[in-house]
Amino acid sequence: MYRLEPNRREFLKTCAAGAMFAGATHKLGDFFPAREKSKVVIARDPLLRGNGSSPDSGQLLKMLDRAMQALYASDSPLEGWKKVVRPGEVIGLKVNGLAGRGNSTNVLLVDVICERLREAGIRQKDIVIWDRLNGDLESAGFRIAARQDRMRCIGNDALGYEEELSTYGSVGSCLARTLTRVCDAVINLPVLKDHGIAGVTIALKNWFGAIHNPNKYHLNVGDPYIADVNMLPPIRQKVRLHICDATTAQYEGGPSYMPQWCWPFNGLLLSRDPVALDYTGWQILEQKRSEKGMKALKELGRAPTYIATAADRQHQLGTNDPKMIERVEV
Amino acid sequence: MSKELNTIEGKAGISPKGVARNPEAADALPHDSVLSALTSLTATVQDRRTFLRLASLPCITTCLTPCVGSWPRVAMDADPAPTDDSQFIVEAQFYEKLPYKKIRCKLCPRECVIDDRERGYCGVRENHGGSYYSLVHSRVCAAHIDPVEKKPLFHFCPGSLAFSVATAGCNVNCKFCQNWDISQARPEQVRSTYLPPKELARLAQQYHCPAIAYTYSEPVIFYEYMRDAADAGHELGIKSVVVTGGYIQQEPLKKLCQGVDAIKVDLKSFSEKYYKEVVNGELKPVLDALVTTRKLGMWSEIVYLVVPTLNDSDAEFRALAQWVKSNMGVDVPLHFSRFYPQYLLTNLPPTPLETLERAKAIADSEGLHYVYLGNIPGHPAESTYCPKCHRMVIGRIGFTVKETHLRKGKCEYCQQAIAGVWQ
Repeated sequence: MYRLEPNRREFLKTCAAGAMFAGATHKLGDFFPAREKSKVVIARDPLLRGNGSSPDSGQLLKMLDRAMQALYASDSPLEGWKKVVRPGEVIGLKVNGLAGRGNSTNVLLVDVICERLREAGIRQKDIVIWDRLNGDLESAGFRIAARQDRMRCIGNDALGYEEELSTYGSVGSCLARTLTRVCDAVINLPVLKDHGIAGVTIALKNWFGAIHNPNKYHLNVGDPYIADVNMLPPIRQKVRLHICDATTAQYEGGPSYMPQWCWPFNGLLLSRDPVALDYTGWQILEQKRSEKGMKALKELGRAPTYIATAADRQHQLGTNDPKMIERVEV
Repeated sequence: MSKELNTIEGKAGISPKGVARNPEAADALPHDSVLSALTSLTATVQDRRTFLRLASLPCITTCLTPCVGSWPRVAMDADPAPTDDSQFIVEAQFYEKLPYKKIRCKLCPRECVIDDRERGYCGVRENHGGSYYSLVHSRVCAAHIDPVEKKPLFHFCPGSLAFSVATAGCNVNCKFCQNWDISQARPEQVRSTYLPPKELARLAQQYHCPAIAYTYSEPVIFYEYMRDAADAGHELGIKSVVVTGGYIQQEPLKKLCQGVDAIKVDLKSFSEKYYKEVVNGELKPVLDALVTTRKLGMWSEIVYLVVPTLNDSDAEFRALAQWVKSNMGVDVPLHFSRFYPQYLLTNLPPTPLETLERAKAIADSEGLHYVYLGNIPGHPAESTYCPKCHRMVIGRIGFTVKETHLRKGKCEYCQQAIAGVWQ
C-alpha cells in the first residue's frame, strides 16, 4: 500500500543520511537545496513608438517575444508560451482598465499576447479579457464581447461574483465568477504606476479587480489586505504569469491617469513571482521620483509595505529580497 | 437557522435561496391588495420587471406577525439587463474639492481622499471628474415592515410599525455584520429598485407605518436619500428613525438631527482597539455623535452587541455604563444584544446568557434606568420597568408588545414619568 508518510525505519535512515551529509559539509545550507532566484525580465525598446505617440504593435510583439524567451530560457517565444498555457484551457487576461486610455493596460499589448496564445494552441473562444467593470474596459479602449463562441471581453459587473465569501487573514470577499468559474488559468496584466494610498499598484494590487469589495482594503497602505487577497486560493492557483505593461509608467498621482507624471518607459516587466515583480517595479518608480526631485514614498507615508508582507513567512507569495531576484534586462 | 436569524434585531430578512429569484412565487402572495398597491408604484419606476420581482415575494404586509416578512436576499450577481443608473445619482452634500480632480469626503470621520473615477470606503460614493456623487439615492435594496422594537427602539412609539429601508454600502466593516451581503457590497452588486422619497413616504402611510426606518446597512452612507425621505415623510405626518453606527461627522449629523425623530446608535464597544480591529472604525467620533444627538434633543437609544471574549469584560461594561450616565443621562435606554456567529466571526459561540445578564447587572448598578437584553426572546429584560415602583410598564416578548401600563408617558401605577416618545 502506498504510504504518504515514511515508516519508522525509513525515517531513521533518512535522518542518519542527512546528519552524515550535514556533518561532512558543516553547513546546514548545503543540506537543503538553495532556493531558486525569482527572475524578473525587464524588456525595453527605445524605438517602441516609432515616430508616433502610441506603441507600434510590431515592435511590441518583438519586445514581448524577447521577454518571454528570457523568462523561460527558451529557444523561441512560442516555446515559452507553451510552458504557460495548454490547448483546451480557458485563459483569462486580467487587465487594468481603471485609468482610461491614458494609462490602462494597452489594448495593443493584449492583442499581441492573444496572438501568441493562439499560436500556442489556445482557441479564440478560450480567451477572456476581463476587469472589474464593462465601463472600465470600454474606457480603456476594449470592446465588450460576451458571446461564448468567440474571444470574450467582459467586466465582473456583467458576470457577477460568487455568493460565498472567500476569506484569508484580514479579508473576506466574494470573488469574480470570471476568475472562479470561467478561467482555467490567468495571466495578470497590470500597469506600472503610482498609487495615492497603496504607494504603487502593479501585480499584487491588480487582484483588487477580482473581488467585490476592494474599497474596504485601502486602509494602512493596503497592508496586509493586498497580500491577503493574493492568498485566496483561486488567485494563488490560477495565476501563471505576470506581464506588467510599462509602455507608459506613472510615478505620481495614480491610480488615475495624470499625464504630467507619466513617462514613456517603453517596456514590459515579466515574472512568475508577483512579489519580485512588484519590488522591481517599485524601485523603478522610486528612481524616477528621485530623478524628478520628488520625495520617496516612505517619506510620504505610503511605502508599499504590503510587498514585504506578501513575502513574509505567513504568505510566501514570492521574494522581495534583492539578492534573490534575478533581474534580466533585454 | 434562517428562521431564527429573521428574528434578530436589525437583520434584513432572509428568503430561502432559489425562492428569492422565482418570479412565479408572486402567485403565492396572499395579499392582493398589497401587491396591487406595489404594482401601481411600478408605474413610476423604470425597470418594472425587476421591481415586481423584488416586491412580489416578500410580503410587505402588516398582518402576518409583528415580525413581518422580507424582500428577497440580495444576490451578488449583477442584473443581466443593462440599467440606467442615472436616476440614483445625486451630488454628495459633504465633500471638499482637492487639486487634480481629487476630493475629500466630509461625511464620515474617515475622510476618504478619492481619485477621479474611484469610490470611498463605503463603496457607494464616487468621484466623477472632481465632483463627488452618491450612487444610492432612492436605490433601495432591502425593504421590510418591521415593528419598531426590531430596530430596537423601545421608547419610541412602542408597538408601532416602521417601514424599513436600506441601500447597499457601509462606512465600516464589522467582522460580525449580519447584513454583510448588502452592507459590504457596492450598489451595482445587489438587486435594488427605485423608490424615490415621496413614494417611500406614501408606502409607509399606505401600510400604516407611523415611521420610516433607515436601517440594515448604514444610513449615513445614503445620507442624501435619508434626508429627502425624512422630509417627504414629515409632509405626510410620517416620522423618521435612524439606525446607525454613529460614525458620522458633526456637521452632517447636526443637519440630520433637524429632520429626523429618533436615532439608535450601535455602540459596538467601549475600546478604540476593538473599533480598529473588529469594526474598522473609531470609537471617539461615535461617542461624540451620541453626545450631539442628546444635546440636540433627539430621542436616542444605544445598542451594545456583546461579542464573547472581545468586548465582554466587566470593566468595559462598567466604563460604558458610567459614560452613558455621565454624558447621556440615566434615562437613555441601553440594550445589550446577543451575538450570533456571522460573516467573519464564525469562530465564536453565541453570547452566553449569563454574560448578558452580567452586563445588565453592572449597568443597573451604575444607576441606568432602562437596561435591556436583546436577541433573547422571552427574557424578562425585554420589558420596560418603572424606575420608581419597578413594576412592568411595557411588557414585550420578542418584538411584540404584550401589555402597556403607560398613561400619557407615565407609569399608571405610580405616575412616574417614563422617558421616551410615546406618540
